[in-house]
Amino acid sequence: MAKNSSFDKKNPLLQAVASPAGRAFLALLLVLALGLIFNGDGAFFKMGTHRDALRQASVYGLLACGMTLVIVSGGIDLSVGSVLALTAVCSAQMAIHWHWSGWLVVPACLMIGAGCGGVSGLVTARLRVQPFIATLSMMVLARGLAKYTSGGMKVSTAMMNADGTYRYVDVPPLFRWVDNRILGGNVSMVTLIFVAGFAVAWGLMSRHRWGRYLYAIGGNEEASRLSGVPVLAAKTGAYIFSGMFAGVAGLCQAAQEQQGDPEAGAGYELIAIAMVVIGGTSLMGGRGGIGLTLLGVLTIGYLDKILSINAVPEAGRLMLTGVIIVAAVLTQRRSRT
Amino acid sequence: MSPGGNFTPLVCLSHITKRFGGAAVLQNVQFEVRSGEVHVLAGENGAGKSTLIKILAGVHTDFEGRIEIDGKAVRPQTPLEAKALGVAVIHQELSLVSSMSVADNLFLGRQLTRCGLVQDARQQQEAALWIQRLGLDIDVRKLVEQFPIAVQQLIEIAKALSQNARVIVMDEPTSALNAPEVGRLFALIQSLKVQGCGIVYISHKMEEIERIADRITVLRDGQWIGTAPAGELPMAKLIRWMVGRELNGQSLRHQPPLGEERLRVENFSVFPAGKSKQPAVRNISLSVRAGEILGIGGLQGSGASELFLGLFGGCGSAALGKVRLDGQEIDFASPRQAIATGVALLTNDRKATGLILSLSIAANATLADLRGLSPAGWRRPARERAATEKMAGLLHLRAASLDLEAGALSGGNQQKLALAKWLQIRPKLLLLDEPTRGVDIGAKREIYQLMNEWTAQGIAIMLITSEMPELLMLSDRIIVLHRGAMSAEFSRAQATPEAVLATAMGLNSCQPGAGFQN
Repeated sequence: MAKNSSFDKKNPLLQAVASPAGRAFLALLLVLALGLIFNGDGAFFKMGTHRDALRQASVYGLLACGMTLVIVSGGIDLSVGSVLALTAVCSAQMAIHWHWSGWLVVPACLMIGAGCGGVSGLVTARLRVQPFIATLSMMVLARGLAKYTSGGMKVSTAMMNADGTYRYVDVPPLFRWVDNRILGGNVSMVTLIFVAGFAVAWGLMSRHRWGRYLYAIGGNEEASRLSGVPVLAAKTGAYIFSGMFAGVAGLCQAAQEQQGDPEAGAGYELIAIAMVVIGGTSLMGGRGGIGLTLLGVLTIGYLDKILSINAVPEAGRLMLTGVIIVAAVLTQRRSRT
Repeated sequence: MSPGGNFTPLVCLSHITKRFGGAAVLQNVQFEVRSGEVHVLAGENGAGKSTLIKILAGVHTDFEGRIEIDGKAVRPQTPLEAKALGVAVIHQELSLVSSMSVADNLFLGRQLTRCGLVQDARQQQEAALWIQRLGLDIDVRKLVEQFPIAVQQLIEIAKALSQNARVIVMDEPTSALNAPEVGRLFALIQSLKVQGCGIVYISHKMEEIERIADRITVLRDGQWIGTAPAGELPMAKLIRWMVGRELNGQSLRHQPPLGEERLRVENFSVFPAGKSKQPAVRNISLSVRAGEILGIGGLQGSGASELFLGLFGGCGSAALGKVRLDGQEIDFASPRQAIATGVALLTNDRKATGLILSLSIAANATLADLRGLSPAGWRRPARERAATEKMAGLLHLRAASLDLEAGALSGGNQQKLALAKWLQIRPKLLLLDEPTRGVDIGAKREIYQLMNEWTAQGIAIMLITSEMPELLMLSDRIIVLHRGAMSAEFSRAQATPEAVLATAMGLNSCQPGAGFQN
């Protein structure tokens, strides 16, 4: 994954640390060392802590995978948080109220995400609207759709009867399956879904022609066009995949909460971007990778968990996270001169 | 008209030598500008004209030699200092902020203020005065972008004058102007002369030089060739001064036996997107045969690069005309189609449009042929590697590792990498735009050799190069473009540097190959 081109072959260790991957890895190690020291009276050494840290990071991680595709191509996708809310609401509606099977709900969620991503992709690639603006519009639009679909209320297992009283229906099997733990309760299903999503994104970026096109477009769009790269299709595809990842994330979110909240996912897009950037992927496009994003996901995920087991209040957690993101990005920048 | 009796020149540059790396681009050059004269600086591309101007304008500061302004030795260290000394350069790309008003542009960086607040009314009054002095009648409160390029240029001149410029350097000022606008500019130049300004005028157009020059200085290959009053330098002599050099290395081209007609183009025009309504390429008809190198001669603005881009599908529907490749009619909507058909375009700026500098050598070399190398969509790194290694070997591309970023390579190796990318698609027709630009002499020879090999394999090559010796040496046939239209065609035997240059400058009188058809 390291695309660093240093001629200094003297110290392999120094060289490894100087590469973006090395730096991202170092940041993760630092955060983990922090956990060893401030271990919250031993909470850090419990299996459950790690399971929860990974579970909590998984939804963000799914968004970050799609975000990496878009950012490497030189764009940005601000709509993922809202698309997450839209699919959360829709999947709750389909699974809880309409009793659809998982074999229908999952493809439906993917299609909703792909639809949203496709629209923002076409608006930026075809109509040449800046990605920031195009996906900002989709962010607002998808949030509106989520509220429209749900009537502005959480779509939950509580159903209103004709006389105004509530009755509760069962949590659908799909949601239970997603919210499950396996391997003796040590790994959350959501984490496995993230790992699967990561594998898909890695395969596309590192092993598929299309991934190479994304790097090329992010590096130099005009040169790519003149080299026969299908710029329009490749760029639109990145947004479609980002939307699909947001769709899966929305389903996971709904399953964990056992409801579809139209307000869910607000601000998640920024966390996802932070994860990508902390990994060392350049916001200018063309450089970086999905492996780096995994490091970024783990770094932010663990940082948040360690702060919370040390009972740092949310206000302090947010402020510290902000500082650490800037610090991480500054060290990344020094790696390229 | 004649330079006044004042013989202390406004500006005098003497013994100017400037090196880039090891190569001297200017050697012991002298140049002076007197008050009230238009001094034309002439020379081929790469003769050192712009380097000299940049030294005067304070852009290049590490040079040997002496600059005197009003008899006093000076050494401007920044463009700002040069401006303060009274030297203003009007570049081809204007330096106005197009989204600001005319008045704001005139006072940009030195606003008239009171207590930190800009005094708009006063600025507008003074700006209007300067604009009137140029004989312009425009509202200075309007935004610069609302005016045509010609007016913007005059605004730029007004800005220079308002900053007390006395030496005004105009670098190809008429490239974007039509005939009446040129007339207006020339009238303005006359009035500037009367006001005592000295004008340095750089142009590739003979008719303009004839019309406007008081004195002419010719540079060639960084050397000062001579300075003479315009009346003593007829066009034929001027061209001889500009070209006059021995052509060596004639033997570097080995022409293979010609094959079938590969490309035929009839009435091809390209209309660039943007404001200019003039086509960049007008009604060009030509043909190239397999194994042939067709050289395209022309100076800046000739439309040669646009012709290539149009043939390559890079202009989409803005390119009109009939094009046949191997007898098949083609109409490329995108470079993608052109590549699939076997047409390759090496662009003239490898950093901006040729390579993806952030990608590895292997990724760059295989980018254009990625469909062929990964037919099922999934990439095959081993195959890409093998292909890259083969190309690197063929082109003598030297790199520590194929995983190195393209941006880390030297200029010559970058150019070879760009060529490798196009060779990888096994082209039938190679469009080479400045294949040896910014490449050292060793790599140049290697590229010449490669062009011989490719034509021997039956590839047809169209070549643009701004270096006259290279054009004459490599081309089996030359067509010359002037302002988007074909002005002459030469066989190898007919082509002389004087004739090619004269037709490229729009002079039709000495056109030996007129009507020559292959």
